[in-house]
Amino acid sequence: MPYIPHTDDDKKNMLERIGFTDFDSLLKDISPDLPCKDHFDLPKGITECELIKLMQKTASQNCDSVKTLCFAGGGVYDHYIPAAVQHISSRPEFYTAYTPYQPEVSQGTLQVIFEFQSMICELTGMDVSNASMYDGATALSEALIICSKIKKKNRIIISQSFHPSVLKVAETYLSHGFELVKCPINEDGATDIKEMEKLLNTDTAAVAVPYTNFFGTIEPIADFIVGARSKGVLSVIYTNPLTLSLLEPPGAFGADFTVGEGQPLGIEMSYGGPLLGIFTSRREHIRAIPGRIIGETSDKKGNTGYVMTLQTREQHIKRERATSNICTNQALCALRAAVYLALMGKKGLEDAALRSHQNAQKLNSSLTAINGIKNVFPDSAFFNEFAIELPVDASVVSAKMLEKNIIAGIDLGIFDKKRKKQILIAVTEKRTDGELEYYADSIKEVLKEAK
Amino acid sequence: MSETTIMPDLFYTATHEWVKVENQKITIGLTDFAQQELSDIVYLEYHAAEGDIVKKGDSLCTVEAVKTAEDIFSPVDGKILKINVALPDNPSLLNKEPYEGGWIAVIETSEEFSPAYLLSAEDYKMVVLESAH
Repeated sequence: MPYIPHTDDDKKNMLERIGFTDFDSLLKDISPDLPCKDHFDLPKGITECELIKLMQKTASQNCDSVKTLCFAGGGVYDHYIPAAVQHISSRPEFYTAYTPYQPEVSQGTLQVIFEFQSMICELTGMDVSNASMYDGATALSEALIICSKIKKKNRIIISQSFHPSVLKVAETYLSHGFELVKCPINEDGATDIKEMEKLLNTDTAAVAVPYTNFFGTIEPIADFIVGARSKGVLSVIYTNPLTLSLLEPPGAFGADFTVGEGQPLGIEMSYGGPLLGIFTSRREHIRAIPGRIIGETSDKKGNTGYVMTLQTREQHIKRERATSNICTNQALCALRAAVYLALMGKKGLEDAALRSHQNAQKLNSSLTAINGIKNVFPDSAFFNEFAIELPVDASVVSAKMLEKNIIAGIDLGIFDKKRKKQILIAVTEKRTDGELEYYADSIKEVLKEAK
Repeated sequence: MSETTIMPDLFYTATHEWVKVENQKITIGLTDFAQQELSDIVYLEYHAAEGDIVKKGDSLCTVEAVKTAEDIFSPVDGKILKINVALPDNPSLLNKEPYEGGWIAVIETSEEFSPAYLLSAEDYKMVVLESAH
């Protein structure tokens, strides 16, 4: 195949073939303020030394988790990452981006993904894992589409206790040809079981519920899985995989699909991305699942080898009949997660989860002891994240706390005007008792000044 | 091209399905030539179930081989009387016994069916010879 870029004539022919006169009309659905129309107004070239200084100066203006204490979560957390994760995952043998379609030259990459899948299956209690997806939100959306395909029904029930951004991604994915029904939350900040029972019917393909929801609340997923099954409906559970070292995994309750955001497993926060989509299912659904699956096999001499398997599910073979347009995976983030899980081990993972939980409880106790602060959902069990109600607007408190080098949490008013006095606080195993005290003392001062 | 079997008493389609006609009841499957072209068939997924009404040209199932996936279409309007429940668990029957155990569906045609627009074994032989070049 010759590597010759297409000519103007080629482009014209291609556009005509799909019914467009020019390239701009092909892009008419893209908001006109997005594409760069002008040339970049770049200054003249500078030396390497000047460039390094300039970049350092620019970077120093960033707010990061070294200069500040990060208590913001919402799906992306400031967990401990062993130094070896960065070192091992940066090795050029791994780091070089190469799609492992040729097993004879990709055994290392393939084995890493296979090990990743194996550990994710163990963690979730599910039969099958794919090689990963873009992020938790896309993994959830793909799972819902598959349920619709398996059941040949287009009605999907999704809990409103998901992170609003995750909900938005699912809404976008399911905006054509699906009926997306939202199940409201109750006063404990969890999916309303009674409402869910009313909504569940035999026309439904799937029910999606988060295990630890947007507010940090742990939801009774067994009830939803069993309730769904009794109506012949498939269940999709969304998890933070770190919690599964302590909580009973969704697989143990018979979930059909377990998906989630894998960022807590050794991936830097990086201002919110790249992330890692976890995607697992029961064995009976294996033919429908999207993305790559790596399998273990043996060559004719009996040596163990790793290959991409069941590829006919994928778009490059099944074309328009494939379940998903995704044939790729988040290989580098999956590698980091595999290295992280291997280094931490079962005990290390339990420790990280337990300490995160205990630290969150400590901070919650000291905050709710402060006059004027109360829990938004006092009767709910949480993992490492909780919502508190302040006597003043959360945006005011957040700004004042930042002056004390604390990222106080997520201002819930961003998502819901009725919650503008509420803040969502995440605590990880990285926080020391001194840092937790500093948070409580600082917020006391801030509230005093705000009165 | 290796030897390919074409049954003289069956009808055929240009898309390599065989059709056995018994008055208003037809049985369809994949020809020996088609299974050889596909090589190892690893999976078959039915899109239609027993009792379903199908139109001519509707996809009855997707056959997945190691490097490709192909749909099998209904050659008639009618109602599905039977699908071969053994195939999803044992898709290699399509390779091993394309004209016997690898049958795909039995369909009751909605009106007096004439196989006039189907290919005879002789016509199909020509199709295979052309495809093989």
